[in-house]
Amino acid sequence: MPDQLLFAIEVTLNGLMAGVLYALVALGFVLIFKASGIFNYAQGVMALFAALTLVGIMEGQVPFSHLINAIFGTDVHHFAWEVPALLAILLTMTVMVALAWLVNTLIFRHLVGQEPIILFMATIGLAYFLEGFGDIMWGSDIKTLDVGLPQGLNESIDEFTFNLFGYGFFIDNLDIVATIIAAILVAALVAFSQYTKQGRALRAVADDHQAALSVGISLSFIWVLVWSIAGFVALVAGIMWGAKSGVQFSLSLIALKALPVLMLGGFTSIPGAIVGGLIIGVGEKLFEFLVGPLVGGATENWFAYVLALIFLVFRPQGLFGEKIIERV
Amino acid sequence: MKFKLAALALGAVMAAAPALAELVVPSLSYRTGPYAANGIPFADGYHDYFKLLNARDGGIGGEMVRVIECETGYNTEKGVECYESTKGEGSLVYAPLSTGITYQLIPKASADGIPVHSMGYGRTSAKNGEVFEWVFNYPANYWDGASIAVKHLIDENGGSLEGKKIALVYHNSAYGKEPIRTLEELSAKHGFELALLPVDHPGQEQKSQWLQIRRDRPDYVLMWGWGVMNQVAIQEASNIRFPMENFIGIWWSGSENDVMPVGAGAEGYKALNMHLPGDDFPLYDELKTHVYDAGNATGAGDQTGSVLYNRGLYNALIISEGIRKAQEIHGVTDITPAQLRDGFEQLTISEERMTELGLPNFGPAIEASCENHGGQGLGIVQQWNAADQSWVQITDYIESDKEVINALVQEDSLAYAQESGIELRCQ
Repeated sequence: MPDQLLFAIEVTLNGLMAGVLYALVALGFVLIFKASGIFNYAQGVMALFAALTLVGIMEGQVPFSHLINAIFGTDVHHFAWEVPALLAILLTMTVMVALAWLVNTLIFRHLVGQEPIILFMATIGLAYFLEGFGDIMWGSDIKTLDVGLPQGLNESIDEFTFNLFGYGFFIDNLDIVATIIAAILVAALVAFSQYTKQGRALRAVADDHQAALSVGISLSFIWVLVWSIAGFVALVAGIMWGAKSGVQFSLSLIALKALPVLMLGGFTSIPGAIVGGLIIGVGEKLFEFLVGPLVGGATENWFAYVLALIFLVFRPQGLFGEKIIERV
Repeated sequence: MKFKLAALALGAVMAAAPALAELVVPSLSYRTGPYAANGIPFADGYHDYFKLLNARDGGIGGEMVRVIECETGYNTEKGVECYESTKGEGSLVYAPLSTGITYQLIPKASADGIPVHSMGYGRTSAKNGEVFEWVFNYPANYWDGASIAVKHLIDENGGSLEGKKIALVYHNSAYGKEPIRTLEELSAKHGFELALLPVDHPGQEQKSQWLQIRRDRPDYVLMWGWGVMNQVAIQEASNIRFPMENFIGIWWSGSENDVMPVGAGAEGYKALNMHLPGDDFPLYDELKTHVYDAGNATGAGDQTGSVLYNRGLYNALIISEGIRKAQEIHGVTDITPAQLRDGFEQLTISEERMTELGLPNFGPAIEASCENHGGQGLGIVQQWNAADQSWVQITDYIESDKEVINALVQEDSLAYAQESGIELRCQ
């Protein structure tokens, strides 16, 4: 097999894996938009906040320690314990559920019936608040996140492809884990929405708020539920991205990677987020590989949006989005 | 009634007048946003040094130093706002800690007659004082950095890089592109092949670049990164098992923040530095006595001894020495920005002086002049020891290739002078 073709296959595989990571971020947007019509600008910051909280709990960091020390003249930074990863994930999830309840109670319950742009603005405010709050709570330093996920070259794939083609493919173990987790997550979300009472209520709210209310579904409960699930998805995305680069405030920028995925896959479809992520991942990586060297490289950021725009022109609701029908 | 009016007028005049006899040094810092982890230690070190001078010596030449901190968030527009809002306070000098902000401040500060000290960043050709009267970038600049890295590699390869392949992984911005021209010149001079691999902001996703490195197998990789780009690049290099001792970052890619998240995988990674790492210097004893133990440390007080904290200290030290020189030249203690410019132009910091200041061998000797605003262009190579979680100095101060650098500085600065209608000075 020619070298260029082998490289292209390797790039495609890595693009698929990168696409899964983008899809993980996009999923959180889809869940909230589907259930409440809110485009949650704060989803990236939620991933950051979840990851910060996870590391803080694992390391036994005292929340708001800088503030406490500044006010009371103390010098406390850490408790005398460390928390195992699994327990820390559960505790972080509790924090994300509490956050979901607070967001719904303090913000969105008062905005029921408002224009989507108002709700969007509220999420912008939430994003900036949460970023500052996370900073005060856990500090701005870069934190190492180690929940035991493997990283680096997968030797089996490398060896297998080397024996087959004479060239070992590079696939990152972390990307493989992310793919497996994303698959489990999507299957769980689909099973939840299809086979549980709460899931069916969630779908009913997504279809028609008024009709759902008329049959006794609590809109408030559903919104807390969906923000909690989005918080869990944000935690998963935060763990995956945080393991790659450490947990730091630029983690909130991963939302930028989810936007073209949403444009392409549609704002209301979970499979759309996955397929959109895969198309964007492969598309940008292949474009960078084939065309990048001819135009000076660094094409991935803008090409993802070009690709999404091309899809938008032909299918404005995205690949899997619901068709927009306005009746007069 | 007259008395009341007079008292009111006097009060208004006193309120409007700047505080008497203070040396105002703004700190354009970033403690929030994606780059806060790097901005905080620098700002802490910068402020702590002036606190030390105030507490121990009563300021500089008997004048207290007032540091005005303004948050830029590493955002160019906010940086310019900070400049505009603080220059009226009698600000003597600006250290923007951002190449983007520096580029915006060069024409503004030049028009206002306020010096800018962009230490190891900003516009490289500002080294030429004939053109850039108000800008100083000693002790070294980006082009010096590129040359120092290549010289180190030449040393490692028995004096020749003929036939070697070097890849530059760079932040796709004005900052990241700075070394390209120099490396192209050095590539032609030393016979190595140069490959350019840009990474888009913020640099969280670099799979394509590192797959290309894995395929093309360059002998060495140089990096011009900042923020998350650094950690991801070092992680990816570790993932593809690129020999870390062949991976060298510029001094903005060589702090603890860049390597700690990668853990053991970062072992052996190298970076340039314009000063020494660590806290094993007499100055730290002074800081402990007069600042830390007095409960006066800036921020959380947890950044001491880190690379970027030391850089903040060093920046403040150079500025304070410039102020001292200006006071000496003009025979006044309450100096003006123009007098500080003179102080910066006649600045000499010898090795002996560094020892006197409690930082023996911490930074290279600097000798500035009207023409030379960039110092001698010296830097060290440091290597990360993951087990000890510390940077280890592995070379002495290496001097950049002046034959190449000076010609490039001349060319670029003279082109700027022509575009901007600047008459050459120092003639």
